Formats: sequence, structure tokens, C-alpha cells
Amino acid sequence: MSDVNARISDLVTSNDVVLFMKGTPLFPQCGFSSRAIAILDHCGVAYESVDVLQDMEIRQGIKSFSDWPTIPQLYVKGEFVGGSDIMMEMFEAGELQAMLDESGVAKV
Amino acid sequence: MPMTAREIAEAITAALPGAVVELRDLAGDDDHWAATVTAPQFAGLSRVAQHKLVYAALGGRMGGVLHALQVTTVVPK
Repeated sequence: MSDVNARISDLVTSNDVVLFMKGTPLFPQCGFSSRAIAILDHCGVAYESVDVLQDMEIRQGIKSFSDWPTIPQLYVKGEFVGGSDIMMEMFEAGELQAMLDESGVAKV
Repeated sequence: MPMTAREIAEAITAALPGAVVELRDLAGDDDHWAATVTAPQFAGLSRVAQHKLVYAALGGRMGGVLHALQVTTVVPK
């Protein structure tokens, strides 16, 4: 496994909820990333965020890791859930909240 | 060069026969589109798999030339 894949794998397995995004939760640098943050905050779960703008290797590596072409990317319990659009679709259908509850991730 | 609405719709319907594509221009700049794609091919697929079909139809332009395409997929009733 390449170094960047190992780093990504470690990030997604050592944190229940991880959002790879552009910028930080306080200062998102892209509309899609800020929408993803708003959704996670609304769900009230604890999450780790990774600013891909600070790490070009991860910015590219995450796209092949999940075979998904865009950022942000959400992982729950090591599983790729989707990008901002899918998070929104799931959130509007109540599926995201249900999935987070079922996986027993920590609430804030 | 960003894709025009027509190019986006044509690329998707070519790859997903029977698909219906509704496009909304989010910013009036031919670069920020919201696409709602209803296609029989989505039946039984996860949301991620459905979106990947749309991205594949756009031939790897997602995240590149197509900077910001918002995709919603719908399975026909």
C-alpha cells in the first residue's frame, strides 16, 4: 500500500467520522465543503476534518482511495459515505442521521 | 472550457439511455450547474453507485473542467 493510502487508511479507521474537505470547519474554502460541515454540525456528531488544501498528496490520493473525483468526502467507521451532494440527499431523507445513530458515533 | 448545459445533458443521456436530465444554472457562468438525473439504470444501486454512473458519463471531467456540478439522482417510480 502506498504511503498516502496508508496515511488515509489510518485517518479513516482511527476516527469514527472523518470529513476530507477544503479548508477547516471554521473557515471552509469551498461551498460544497461548507455545506458538508453544516450538515455534520446539524447532525450533532463529533468528527475529524482533514484540510486537503494543506496536503496535496492527500488531496489527490483521496480521490483514488475512494474512486470519487471530488472533495469533500465523508467517511463513517472507515466506510466512504459520499460527497456533499450525497450527504445532502441522505440528510434530507433522514438516512444520514439514522446511519450515524446506528453506527453509534459520539454526539457533541 | 466549462461544459454547456446541452453538452452535460447530452453526455449523460448518451451514456444512460432513457435518462431525464434537468439542469439549473446556479451562478449564470456556465460552470456551476445543478443537475437532477432520473434514470432507470439507477434502480437497485446505492447513491454512491448512482452518482458514479453520472460521473462516468461525464468522462472524468468531474472535479476538473467541470468544477462544480451538483448532482441529484432519482430512481424513476
